[in-house]
This record gives sequence, structure tokens and C-alpha cells, in this order.
Amino acid sequence: MGWDWLPSALDLARFQFAFTVSFHFLFPAFTIGLASFLAVLEGLWLYTGRSHYLDLFRYWLKVFAIAFAMGVVSGVVMSYQFGTNWARFSDQVGNILGPVMAYEVLTAFFLEAGFLGIMLFGLERVGKKLHFLATLLVAVGTLFSSFWILSANSWMQTPAGYSIAADGRFMPADWWAIIFNPSFPYRLAHTVTAAYLTTAFIVGGVAAFHLLRDERNPRTRIMFSMAMWMAAIVAPIQIVIGDFHGLNTLKYQPQKVAAMEGHWERQRGAPLIVLGQPDMATEETRVLFEIPHLSALILTHEWNGETPGLKDVPADQRPTNVPLVFWSFRIMVAIGTLMALLGVVSLWLRWRGRLYTAPLFHRAAVAMGPAGLIAVIAGWITTEAGRQPFTVYNLLRTADSVSPLQAPAVGASLLGFILVYFIVFGAGVLYLFKLFSHSPHDAERGPKDAEPIRTAGITPGPPQLQHHDADPRPQQQRS
Amino acid sequence: MEESLPLIWAVIIATAVFLYVCMDGFDLGLGILFPWFQEKEERDVMVNSVAPVWDGNETWLVMGGGGLFAVFPLAYATILPALYMPLILMLLALIFRGVSFEMRFKAETAWGQTWWDRAFSWGSYLATFCQGIALGALVQGIRVENRSYAGGWWDWLTPFSLLTGLALVIGYGLLGACWLIWRSEGDIAAKARRVARVLGFATLGCIALVSMIMPLLQPAFYERWFSMPWMLRAAPVPLLVLLLAWLFFRALPATAAREASAPHDPTGRSFRWRDGVPFLCVLGWFFLSYTGLGISLWPNIVPPDISIWDAAASPSSLLFLLVGASILIPIILCYTGYTYWLFRGKVRIGEGYH
Repeated sequence: MGWDWLPSALDLARFQFAFTVSFHFLFPAFTIGLASFLAVLEGLWLYTGRSHYLDLFRYWLKVFAIAFAMGVVSGVVMSYQFGTNWARFSDQVGNILGPVMAYEVLTAFFLEAGFLGIMLFGLERVGKKLHFLATLLVAVGTLFSSFWILSANSWMQTPAGYSIAADGRFMPADWWAIIFNPSFPYRLAHTVTAAYLTTAFIVGGVAAFHLLRDERNPRTRIMFSMAMWMAAIVAPIQIVIGDFHGLNTLKYQPQKVAAMEGHWERQRGAPLIVLGQPDMATEETRVLFEIPHLSALILTHEWNGETPGLKDVPADQRPTNVPLVFWSFRIMVAIGTLMALLGVVSLWLRWRGRLYTAPLFHRAAVAMGPAGLIAVIAGWITTEAGRQPFTVYNLLRTADSVSPLQAPAVGASLLGFILVYFIVFGAGVLYLFKLFSHSPHDAERGPKDAEPIRTAGITPGPPQLQHHDADPRPQQQRS
Repeated sequence: MEESLPLIWAVIIATAVFLYVCMDGFDLGLGILFPWFQEKEERDVMVNSVAPVWDGNETWLVMGGGGLFAVFPLAYATILPALYMPLILMLLALIFRGVSFEMRFKAETAWGQTWWDRAFSWGSYLATFCQGIALGALVQGIRVENRSYAGGWWDWLTPFSLLTGLALVIGYGLLGACWLIWRSEGDIAAKARRVARVLGFATLGCIALVSMIMPLLQPAFYERWFSMPWMLRAAPVPLLVLLLAWLFFRALPATAAREASAPHDPTGRSFRWRDGVPFLCVLGWFFLSYTGLGISLWPNIVPPDISIWDAAASPSSLLFLLVGASILIPIILCYTGYTYWLFRGKVRIGEGYH
């Protein structure tokens, strides 16, 4: 046919899934935290009556509208991708994962989509209290969504509660065991916390950017303070959760941990390889820098504890790309550590009363703005590449999961996804940056009343103050 | 009970797909009508009329796909690879369209405005055309061997599937026009009425054409429609289409007359059922066509020979999801209805939720 130069349909399908799911994941990682942040802001506004909170709510609501839309459309792709590219997987596990994912649609997607309209456009129509309820429901919806999709993912990592039918398909035996499979609680806690941190660092980065230009804007100060509390409290907690998650992985997926650590041999008192390069061909890791006994200490909490090695199992059951797992894990841990460090420094500055007047620290916070996004993708790659070559760990191989497709079909669709994602989401992200470049100002206008006034040919006048406690100074900037 | 579970689920999934066609149908239709509405103000009214609800509309598509995966995994695993190209193109088109919903309001240059409008309109055309192709290809049958799709990756491309693609573009366009008659006023509504009149005839033509070709596609379909007692049972379907057509073409000018004589409504929020009659008639056509399709396919979910019982998931899976669905779907319908009610009434130029 002349298509020999293409990679196999399997590799193309894998790359397509990795590409679309990573791209998709960036948006929920941001909007899960943002939805909760918006609920907190609106709650504070209703509780204290301070208009600054409403300004911040409206400022971030515009961001939420765009990020959420991009999350939805890239998510629709995911719900069809299982069938188009992974049809054999779908047939094999549909009895178990199908209902779990359908519950995500029923409990989360409809809830989010249904109340998003009210959240974005309905403040004047339904009043404050009902509007707050809508915001809360959207936030709850994002959490429900995380619950179900991470349950499904965890089941693929640590399958439980199933039986295998005569034709090889997985059948449900115990739904409780399926949903609350062994790695699920840890993965859920780790991922949702990561999403909250991602949002906190984006909010903190945007706030720091504006503090560098004008440190007196009270709205900027509020959001910077909130973000730094999150960094100081949640980042260290995340490290502890991550440790628990790692121990759980050690128990159920020792091969993944061995790849993360770069350990080929089962050994006692294993060193922590800080920097090095695993070599798949020679089956050893060239070590640049290691700390003796630390890996054993972290993983087993014993000086001379025994840790697994990649060579414990035959080569065809080991992760297919050890360096990828090894490095993405290091990136995630490094960023997590930096996040906690930034949080600690923020506490010190806060104590000294210099949180809002420390340009160097603000620059660091700007630089750390996208840190969460990078960390979640690195973590995702660690866990997903680490469980290869299986889709259902130790039970169903990735090679046996793919659809009966020809490489050109998968290649063409992959090209389409790459082009469209870069154009569409590139434009969306550029627009987000433009929103970020405006500082939150007085009587911030929501998406509700911003554009059509201008489109109708009327020169934008001063915004109408909607609340008696709003600051009546003329506004300096308009988004 | 175990025997009836797949049947219950077939009804639920069919309903979800139909709800999707109704709801995303008219908002895709608005994009299809863009070439007839060149003014920015007109387009803003069109998009504003669905801005608060489109997200929920599209969720029914996810429900259709996700639900199929959950309760008819074999259908999911064979239909989706068979319709690989049209479905992927549909998803790509929906991405363009979904993002341009938000972005076309934010564009600050004329160039950006033009291109986001194009993305919205072309995305709507392509997504609709692909859905129609997918439907046509499914009806023509899918080759399955050993629980896997066994056809080629161009099998979906046939004259019939191109016809159903075109028919759906016309049909969604008509739904969009009727939605506008209901939800807008003045020049926009007047133009929508003119467009609806033309598309109304075109849609009826498409329904007739597809209905004539369908029985010839597979002997089973012919048997179904032209033998007793199925023929008697199916006879009301075409008759009802004609009845609704009579109602539709009477209601169209009536909406214009009412608008001319109606007292001015300062809030624009009064709800007038009768302006919605053309829209409801078209939904009726869709429902009847859908029913006709069901009559042809029954009891298969993947024609020509995988029935809903063959494709169904295990009773445990069906039951587990049914428990939740029977509580959650009514709740979803309630709050979806509430949102539509909340944002009812005429959308005016220069005012919108966006």
C-alpha cells in the first residue's frame, strides 16, 4: 500500500490517546480548583458583603468560562476515543468501566453543564442565593467528575471486584470493590489536591504579576494571599499524600515503582538515585548522583528494607519506556518540592509583613504559575507509562486493546487532532493570557453584561454599580 | 426482569440520542443559518439565544456515547470503529464550534470576528453532515466478525450516507430557523420565517426520499414496511408527518400576524407557546422519522444482525446503572427544564447574557 513508513496503528493510537488525554487533562486540572475557588469567592462576598470578592469572582468567572468550554469539547473526544481507537478494550471491560463512566456523565457532566449557564449568565435572573447554589453545584460537579473518572482509571491500575467470563471479558462481581479499588482513594486524594494546587499557583502567578506593577490593588492582594495560604498549607500535605500513594503503588504495582526509582535489581537498603539515566538496552541505570539507603527508607520505612527491581519479571511485563517514567517522576517531585518551598517562604514573608512588597518573591511566584500544570502532566505520565504494557494491569495488554484499524486512518486522525488542538486551544490559551494581563478592578464586569453593549454600537460607558458597597471611584481599566 | 433490562436500556439510550438531536439540533442549526444572517447583531442574538444551554445540549451526546459503552458495549466497540472517519471529523468540528461559542464574543479585531464566526458556522455544518453520514452508514449495516468491526475504513462513504448527511444539515437548519422564530423578533424572526418555509419543503422532500430508499437497502426493511401486520402498525407514521406538515405551514404565517398585533412586552420574557408551534412541528417530524428508523431496525442495534440482547452488557451492569439512572435522569430533566424556563422569552439585539 505504500504506508510502510508509518508507525504501527497501535503506536499511533497510543500516541493519539496520550496527546488528547494530556491536552484535555490540563483544563480540568485547572477548572476543578477554579470552580471551588469561585464558590469560595462568592461565599465570601455573600458573607462579608465586600465588593472586592465579587470583583474577583467576576474576574475569574471569565477565565472559567473559556477554560471550562475547552475542557468540555476536549472531553467529548475522550468519551468517543475508547470506542474508535480502543474497541477491543471497550468490549473487554465495557461491563465494568462503562457504568462507572456513565455515572460520571449522569452525576457530573449534566450537573456542571446545567448550572454553568446560570452561573455565567443568571445572577440577575435568579438572585444571589440561587446563583450561589448554582456555583456550588458546578464546583461539586467537578468533584463528582474526578471521583468517577479516577475510579475508572484506578480500576485499570488495580483491578478488583471482577470475574472473567468464558470468552475472556471482564464481568462485574462486586461493585463496591470495583469503585473503591485499592489505588482509588490515594489516586483521588493525590489528583484532586494536585488540581487545587494547580489553580492556586495560576491564581498566585497572575496576582504576583499584578503586584509587581501595582502592589496596592486590594483585589490583587486578596487573591495573592489566598493562593499563598494554599501553597503553604496544601503543598506540604500533597507531599504526604504522594508518599502514601507511592506506598500503595509499591504494594500493587511494584514494577512501576522500580521504573520510577530506576532500580533494575531487587535489593536491600537501596539508594535513592537522584540523577541518572536508565538504559533499556543494558538493563541498568547509569547513576550520576545517589543518596544511600534513602529509597529503602522512603519505600519501606526501614534502613535495610527490600525494594523491587525491574528484573523481577520478564522483560515483556516491564514498563516499555523506563526513562520516561523515571524522568517524569523526577519532574513531578521537583516541582512539588518547589511548591512547598514557595509556600514556606510565603509564610515567613507574611510573618514579616512583606508578603505584598517582595518583588523577588513575586517574580518567583510568576515563574511558578504554570508549575501545577507541568506537575500534573508529569505525574500523569508517570502513572500511565508506568503501568504499561497493560491497559488493565497484568490482565489485559495494550496490544490486545486496540481497534482493528489501519495505520493511515489513525495517523490521519492524529494529524487532525494535533492541528485542531494547537489552533483552537492555542487561540483559547492566548485569550486566557490576555485576560490575565488585565488587573482585577472596581466593579469588574461579568461575562454577562460586557460585550453586547459594545456590539450594539453604544460606546461603553462607566459600568453600573450593582452593589451599594462597591467602590465608586472611576475605573481605570476595562477588560 | 433480566430479559427486559436491555429493552429498558434501549429505550433510555434511544431517548438520550433523540434528546440530543432535538437540543443540539437547533443550536447546530443556528450555525447552519449563519450564511443567511450576515450582520453581527443578528448573529449575536442567535448565539445568545442558546449560550446558557448549549453546554447541556451537547452533554446528551456524551450520554449517548458513554451510555452505549456502558449498556451496549458490543455496539460501542463495533459502531465506533466502523464510523471512524465521520465520528472523528464530527468531534474535531465540535471542538471548533464549542470554543468559538465563547471566542466570537471576545474577538477584538474584525479578522478574529470573521474567523471565529466561520469556525462556528463551518463547524456546525461539518458536525451535522458527519452525524447524518454516521446515521446513514449505520442503517446500511456494519460488518462484524468475531465481536470486532471487519469492514474497511471507507465503508461508511456511500451515496445513501451522503444523502442522509445532507438531509440532516437541512433538518437541523430548519430546527434552528424555527427556534429563532420562537426566540427572536422583528427582522430576525421575519427572515427566519422565510428561511423556515423553504427549508420546511426541503426537509419534507428529504424525509420522503430517505423513506423511499430505506426499504430498498435491506430485504428485512422492505419486509417490515410492506407486510402485514407491521404495515398497519407503521402506517400512522407517514400520516402523522403529513398532518404535522399541514400544521407547520399554517402556523408559520400565524406567528408573523401575532407579532404584528401583540402588545409590546418590555421585559421580553413573556412566554408564548404559540410562537413555538413551528418548532414543535419540526420536532414532531424528527420524532416520527426517528420512530420510522426504529421500526426498520428493530430489534437490532447494529444492523444487520446484532440485536439489543446480543449487544447488552451483563445484567449486573445494566441493573447497577439503572438504579442510578432512574433517579438521576428525572433530576437532570428537571434542572435542564428549569434552565430553559429561566432563559425563556425573546432575545433582543444589544441585550444578551453574554
